[in-house]
Amino acid sequence: MNLFRSEEHIEKWLDRREPGATISVTRLSELAHAWWDTRVSAEWRPRTRDENQAILDRLGLTGEFWRLA
Amino acid sequence: MDEHDLVLRNATYREFVELGRAPTAREISRITGSTVDETEASWRRLHEAHALVLQPGTTEIRMANPFSAVPTDHRVNAAGRWWYANCAWDAFGICAALHVDGRIEASCPDCGEILGVEVRDEHPTDASLLFHCLVPASSWWKDIVFT
Repeated sequence: MNLFRSEEHIEKWLDRREPGATISVTRLSELAHAWWDTRVSAEWRPRTRDENQAILDRLGLTGEFWRLA
Repeated sequence: MDEHDLVLRNATYREFVELGRAPTAREISRITGSTVDETEASWRRLHEAHALVLQPGTTEIRMANPFSAVPTDHRVNAAGRWWYANCAWDAFGICAALHVDGRIEASCPDCGEILGVEVRDEHPTDASLLFHCLVPASSWWKDIVFT
């Protein structure tokens, strides 16, 4: 899970491997804040798989690639 | 996750943030009143529950996501310290978890260029960067270090 300057750098790095998913850094920040917001809170409780999936869905990260185990 | 493990988990995260590094089992035992054996057993269960990640074959913390206990290519300056994150997602996650602005520094895996981006009010100041996730979500925990 890495940052890149451009699509060109991603393609070169993949070197014919099957690509994963690319999103903007703005969307990544939204995802990170939704996902990790309560991580060090004293009230933290483990989320269920469905709760995690709902975070991805809400941000438009849908489809087979973003389907959690 | 039972209440005992939850207390241990929350104490572990609290100490990680307080110390700026992974706490030892002895340090957490002192805080929670558990024995070192009880703390280590709890950490093993938390590892199995994906609530933290231990170094293989040990009871040393490798990840208290989004924080990394070992140096990585993703560094974050936030809350007056430099932190290591496990990946780019976790780098933004450190700002999110601490509820602060910060600066993220990573290197492009292709060319090695240092990529720096500030986080201000939850938004990156350089919106041109891209994030690539190679591993599908269903496989993230098959090898979380690689992911």
